Amino acid sequence: MITSIIHVLLLLLMPPLLMGIINKTKAWFGGRVGASFLQPYYDIIKLMRKGMVYSTTTTWIFRIGPIVTLVALLIAGLLVPMGPFSAPVTFTGDLILFAYLFGLSRFFTTAAALDTGSAFEGMGSAREVTFACFSEPALFFVFLVLIKISGAFSLTPMLHGPMEGFSVAIAAPVVLIAIGLFIIMLAESCRIPVDDPNTHLELTMIHEVMVLDHSGPLFGVISYTAAVKLFILSTVLLHILMPFQLQSDWINWLLQIFGVMGIAVLVGVVESVMARLQMQHVPYLLVSALLFCAFGFILLVR
Amino acid sequence: MTVSATAIKSNSTLAITNNGAALKLDDIPELSIEQFGQAILTNVAFGQRVSALFALSGKNASETDLYVVLADDEDNELSVGRVVLQGDEYPSLTPRCPQVHMFEREIAEQYGLKPVGHPWFKPVRWHRSFIKRDIWNPDGAEDILPATGDFYTVEGEQVHEVAVGPVHAGIIEPGHFRFQCHGEEVFHLEIALGYQHRGIEKALIGGPGARTLHYAENIAGDTAIGHASTYCQNIETLADARVSPRAMAIRGIALELERLANHVGDLGALALDIGFLPTSSYCGRIRGDFLNMSAVICGNRFGRGLVCPGGVRHDIEQSRVDDLLKRFKAAEKDVDVAINLLWEAQTVMARFEHTGTVSTKTAAELGLVGPAARAAGLIRDVRQDHASGIYCFKHIPVSTCQTGDVFARAYVRWLEIQQSLKFVIEQVRALPGGKISVSCGSLAPESIVISLNEAWRGEVCHVALTDKNGQFTRYKVVDPSFHNWTGLAMALRNQQISDFPICNKSFNLSYCGNDL
Repeated sequence: MITSIIHVLLLLLMPPLLMGIINKTKAWFGGRVGASFLQPYYDIIKLMRKGMVYSTTTTWIFRIGPIVTLVALLIAGLLVPMGPFSAPVTFTGDLILFAYLFGLSRFFTTAAALDTGSAFEGMGSAREVTFACFSEPALFFVFLVLIKISGAFSLTPMLHGPMEGFSVAIAAPVVLIAIGLFIIMLAESCRIPVDDPNTHLELTMIHEVMVLDHSGPLFGVISYTAAVKLFILSTVLLHILMPFQLQSDWINWLLQIFGVMGIAVLVGVVESVMARLQMQHVPYLLVSALLFCAFGFILLVR
Repeated sequence: MTVSATAIKSNSTLAITNNGAALKLDDIPELSIEQFGQAILTNVAFGQRVSALFALSGKNASETDLYVVLADDEDNELSVGRVVLQGDEYPSLTPRCPQVHMFEREIAEQYGLKPVGHPWFKPVRWHRSFIKRDIWNPDGAEDILPATGDFYTVEGEQVHEVAVGPVHAGIIEPGHFRFQCHGEEVFHLEIALGYQHRGIEKALIGGPGARTLHYAENIAGDTAIGHASTYCQNIETLADARVSPRAMAIRGIALELERLANHVGDLGALALDIGFLPTSSYCGRIRGDFLNMSAVICGNRFGRGLVCPGGVRHDIEQSRVDDLLKRFKAAEKDVDVAINLLWEAQTVMARFEHTGTVSTKTAAELGLVGPAARAAGLIRDVRQDHASGIYCFKHIPVSTCQTGDVFARAYVRWLEIQQSLKFVIEQVRALPGGKISVSCGSLAPESIVISLNEAWRGEVCHVALTDKNGQFTRYKVVDPSFHNWTGLAMALRNQQISDFPICNKSFNLSYCGNDL
């Protein structure tokens, strides 16, 4: 029970902090002081207190889009275990639900974008679904490797697999899927080198351009959702990067918190030292992620 | 080729002059429209450029005078041609000389003269005519809205149109961009400006007055020194005032500081657009350092109020020379580190290279100027080709690149940053003595004077014509952006639409300089 409560609290409260850490890291690399770690919380609270403006061409889809996206991701977050603890919701085959909750959130984001009828948002939606075609199969290869290691069909035992059955034989596949998953995480959470969340240039955006017409609380929900997505994917990645646990429960929780924060720093470092890829080169990167994960699987089954 | 070019020129019907030299209006031979057109076509075919082409009201109400200013970069001369038009139309030169296309549209809008056969005939700035005759609003009753009318469209399956602006997501000037795309690929880009039209050219007729210098400084806010110096050069020539070497040097330093600030800012902005943080953060600050150096000289970061007819308003005494030298040295070190990161990062080069290429041929045909032209391999720099002021005594090597892509435009800027820094350090160390300004008397009547300056974006061209009282009958301003916007449109052909921002930033053209 305590485990579930901590899980839910972390899932709800921690995500914006990751954004703050990324921005702080980038500021540090740029020689700036940067905004406070808590700035994303302030931004979301500020947006929640604002009014909303709806385009007259939009329908109910536009309004429920961000909500459905957030709810789908929060449910997905309940399926992913943190540290050595079991996830609050776990059943055989929940990995399929997990993958399609991501798909559902993407569907509603793009549907809400298309609902505006704007050329920009259509362009962003086209890019988003095109790139998803590459990242989704890669995610399934990650799951296949984990299924093979753990022999289970549920996220909790699967993600605990590398920890419980760690051996030299699985080291190489785990390293490969960690690289693949890191790239998928950057793509899914719209970070450099795939997308630039800070740009103001409509024509270069992928995710940001789809939410241009949302304002006020709905935009706050979207910002929060982006952070939640990053948090969930970081948690998954952390299981693969840190296949060990310590004796004390509290230290394991701290390990989870600091581990996820460490991944945020890593994302910040990547964003600080490299430029964005040209749009037509993004598929190359995603295909390479797919190949990393697929080779991991081949190594395991050969 | 050189022999024949000279031969043709000696027979030429155009009056020859130099940058900042006055001509009596009577000394400019009056041509027929056929001779006028032929003179432009022939000289352009031999490598000259159209620096300005403009109209003004003739002596009689039914007449309109057309003037052309051609720049011969090889022989360092300018030539002026004139024709008196009786009707309200003339044969368009655009089909055979693409670089006049915007000028012809501008003339049509300002003086109601129709270029017959112009392939893409639209207004430039969507304002009312300077005179009664108006092509697009003959009755003058309707309000005019910018960027209205038809755009070039491409039809077919999967071809779609993307409209950007005039309100942009960033804090930039307003302009409307219409892309014809096939998926992510751009087939055609049409740029519609005019939102910033303030009526500068019309307001300058009848000048100079108390406001004229301020108009000049505000033609393009980021080119205050460039435009103000060019204007002052015109006034000084007409008033026969000799600017002291000290004032010339201070103007040169200010112009190069303007170039440094903007070039550094542009490279930082390019880095920001591709999400490359280190350079963008540092360049933003270093740009501020250069702006502050302008403020050290004259109290304004953008150099306003420094240049005045007859010289400059602010001297640089020894204590500030030392201060500036210290700042130059610090900036030199910073800029070297920040900008070299760009060329060393492969992810950056992957974005810059082979993006937004303008071929040398296209650049020459469109008459591009400034870094955009030099990046395409054209050796074209007013500081060398039509030197005036301090640049007569101190030459700055022309920086060029061959590839014509975003990388070339960025790298030319970097080369110019290094040259300009060297120049300002040298000039500040060896400032000539003497007064900083002389007084300017009344202007020579019935004359024409052309001044060119290489501002940071490229050639600024001002042409002043005076009446018998020495007042402007016409003051023509050509900002480098006016030549270069079409270059940006061409750079986008067959490019990814997502690369538009870096192409745009690599040109970094002025909206208000174009809209006047």
